[in-house]
Amino acid sequence: MSTEHQLTNERHIELRRLAIELRRLVVQSVHHAGAGHLGGPMSAAEILTALYFEILNIHTDEPQHPDRDRFVMSKGHSSIGLYAVLALRGYFPIQELRTFDEINSRLQGHPDMSVLDALDMSTGSLGQGLSPGVGMALAARLNGRNYHTWVLIGDGDSQEGQIWEAAFIAERYQLNNLTAILDWNGLQQYGWATDEGYSVIPRKPAQENPKDKWEAFGWTTVEIDGHDFHQILDACTWAKNQSDPSLIIARTVKGKGISYMENDFSWHSKPVTDDDLKVAQEELAAQEAVLKT
Amino acid sequence: MMTVSDQVLAQRDVFGDTLIELIDANPAVYVLDGDLANSTKADVVSRDRPDRFLEMGIAEQNMMGVAAGMATCGIVPWLSSFACFLVNRDLDQLRVVVAQPNLNVKIGAAYSGLLTGKTGKTHQEVSDIAIMRAMPNVTVLAPADGVEVRLCMLAATAWDGPVYVRLTRDPEPVIFDESHNFQIGKSYIVREGTDITLMATGSQTIRVLQAAELLSNEGVSAHVLHVPSIKPIDTEGIVAAAVKTGKVVTAEDHSVIGGLGGAVAELLGEYHPTPIKRVGIADCFGESAANEDLLEKYGLTPRHVAEKAIKML
Repeated sequence: MSTEHQLTNERHIELRRLAIELRRLVVQSVHHAGAGHLGGPMSAAEILTALYFEILNIHTDEPQHPDRDRFVMSKGHSSIGLYAVLALRGYFPIQELRTFDEINSRLQGHPDMSVLDALDMSTGSLGQGLSPGVGMALAARLNGRNYHTWVLIGDGDSQEGQIWEAAFIAERYQLNNLTAILDWNGLQQYGWATDEGYSVIPRKPAQENPKDKWEAFGWTTVEIDGHDFHQILDACTWAKNQSDPSLIIARTVKGKGISYMENDFSWHSKPVTDDDLKVAQEELAAQEAVLKT
Repeated sequence: MMTVSDQVLAQRDVFGDTLIELIDANPAVYVLDGDLANSTKADVVSRDRPDRFLEMGIAEQNMMGVAAGMATCGIVPWLSSFACFLVNRDLDQLRVVVAQPNLNVKIGAAYSGLLTGKTGKTHQEVSDIAIMRAMPNVTVLAPADGVEVRLCMLAATAWDGPVYVRLTRDPEPVIFDESHNFQIGKSYIVREGTDITLMATGSQTIRVLQAAELLSNEGVSAHVLHVPSIKPIDTEGIVAAAVKTGKVVTAEDHSVIGGLGGAVAELLGEYHPTPIKRVGIADCFGESAANEDLLEKYGLTPRHVAEKAIKML
């Protein structure tokens, strides 16, 4: 990568603090709702924070601004992570996260653009997010607009064939205004047995060589640590200056930041008990305390 | 009273020509094709308005999603493929990224029904009305002839939201002229009668008008109601026609389950219970054969419609 994103030490600490706050809001919201996904939002916490606080050209007072950068969360089950970052960014009051999954809420279990205008696409049925991203990137070209389109995909999400249909067409039209970020956490709802079988918690990742696959489809790729803000921001800056559609392969940890959730597929989706919440909040507070020293 | 004219038009030819008309009238209209443009006749756009034609290849799921993304940016995408693929192959994409967010995508579903040019059951689509009309937010239109195809497409483009337009392949007689006041949600009396009402949709309306002639020869006065707007459906017009004659036969190049016959039975059962018989494909798949052989074997000829009507009298 040749491009470096400028990041002061103070701003870096602020982003790390925001990612911790995002995780806190996710756990609190899922605890309050009694249902929701946790592992996916946790693995994407730094990516979402970096996009919404540093990368995306957005207008919180005019969410549908025609020149805004587009963001599609193809792994729509991580919706609460997206809602948390939207609230932190000021699209709606943080208090509204308490309505997650409730009747008449704008914060549906999976992102619903018809009720929340901060969303650029409705998602939830896996594998479907990249194609609308291709449509938005094509529309930018047809409408003479300079925005960039970002799509967050998962490695489980990418088992759906439609992702590869979209990858093919994106390269056919050389959509260099389109970037996919692969939240490569290696786990999914149930997943693939290791040599030890299905009776143990470890699972094998679905995509063992995403770089080769995507490059074979004509995309340009970069692989990073998906929890390191310097690497995420540098990769995003790099992605905006390519001649082909670009993929950022972000190595992540499912459940990142909460010790008992990390790398445990069963935390893909599970109610959070009062005890779970207490431990999670203590761990996040400890991480925050380290930032302050 | 509408009559079956000597002039013939293929709905697909009108589809291609009308796309050009729409493109010239509206800078937001683009055509997305699933590698079938030279069958659907959207290929005229690729030749004459190439900057408004986007080939999406043999990948309908992606095509539907791309259309959704474009629609969020103010583009009005018209999809070109066969009904069988547009209904089945990308049904979940239609559901999640088009119908649920109510995006402005127009689906040009070519080669619907049985008469698909000897391609057989894989390329015929006999359940699309049932599937599409059960999908919330989707408007479903089935024009009778080439004249009405154009008017349907103009109305669909002006409509805000997803529209499914059911089209046929081969040349058929024209029954409407340019004075036809097509509106989404309306049905049309195309022949006045007093003994029984024949209700039809799509190009089956042409064969039903021919059936009315056969019935007239037998001394039966058939009232014929054309129902091109399957959803929203003209409840008032359908109930009025049933009230008028007290007996109803529905007819369509579609399964008897869930299509026009199903919709009419639902409505009349609720608002004005009326004896009803359905002409359509008897819950089975088709096969590859000549059009006249298919119509005969699957019971869609004017004679079949007339016989069904006479049994009710």
